[in-house]
Amino acid sequence: MSDVADRVKKIVVEHLGVEEDKVVENASFIDDLGADSLDTVELVMAFEEEFGIEIPDDAAENIQTFGDAVKFISEAS
Amino acid sequence: MFDLTGKNALVTGASGGIGADIARALHAQGASVGLSGTRTEPLEALAAELGERAYVLPCNLSDMEAVKALPKQAAEAMGSVDILVNNAGITRDNLFMRMSDDEWQSVLDVNLTATFQLCKGVMRGMMKARWGRIVNISSIVGATGNPGQANYAASKAGLIGMSKSLAYEVASRGITVNAVAPGFIATAMTDKLTDDQKTGIMGQIPAGRMGTPDEIASAVVYLASSESAYITGATLHVNGGMAML
Repeated sequence: MSDVADRVKKIVVEHLGVEEDKVVENASFIDDLGADSLDTVELVMAFEEEFGIEIPDDAAENIQTFGDAVKFISEAS
Repeated sequence: MFDLTGKNALVTGASGGIGADIARALHAQGASVGLSGTRTEPLEALAAELGERAYVLPCNLSDMEAVKALPKQAAEAMGSVDILVNNAGITRDNLFMRMSDDEWQSVLDVNLTATFQLCKGVMRGMMKARWGRIVNISSIVGATGNPGQANYAASKAGLIGMSKSLAYEVASRGITVNAVAPGFIATAMTDKLTDDQKTGIMGQIPAGRMGTPDEIASAVVYLASSESAYITGATLHVNGGMAML
């Protein structure tokens, strides 16, 4: 697994308090990992800080799964 | 009780009568205060009066770019913004039938839209800190209406609806959002009233007098404190009984 994926996974596990093995490619933050809509905003904030990038609101809306997040961040950073 | 030591508060409209007393009261409880307003001179004078833990942050709230920059400037000056008091407001009274688009829009821009922007600007820091206090200064006329003030009343009622909605969203993060709605308070704004107007107003106030700016400031201190953690989405009416809502 790539370095980006590891770091994203760590943030998701810490923030949502979920088991690491639940955080898979297609895991939806809201449907599978128990996040509410405000959690997704906070996750995006945490990603921005961890990777020193800015994630615009319209892009953030499309980050629904763990895989989406890794893909977006890999391309942006 | 109500100790604010270590908290950083941003107060808009701190050059005005009520805003200055809000800043004084927060400062007296131990908070650092960021004093914002359009006129630099009274802000400098207030900062000099308060001494340490006071920062002058001039901002014209009708300039949206300046408004968006203000939370960042405040956080840079103080380290964070834990308490935001949206006190600044303008009036441009006119009869509804004569009210121009500009009179309507300028009041909504400063009183409501700037408040929206400032709340948004401080939210990230408060979410991370899992603690925050926002106090929006509304007005009795936001609840009762007032002839000649359709724009002002709309903006002040809008603040209450916005406060409640935001309060819902961030309550689980330790952030409260409340409004304080002053009635008639003795300030430069009410000094302009004629004696006849004042007598008429007094007749409607069970307390028989106008309120003072420090009585608004006390309400703000309470809602800014840790002790008020379980109060959110509320409007605290401070009006001598003029409207019991």
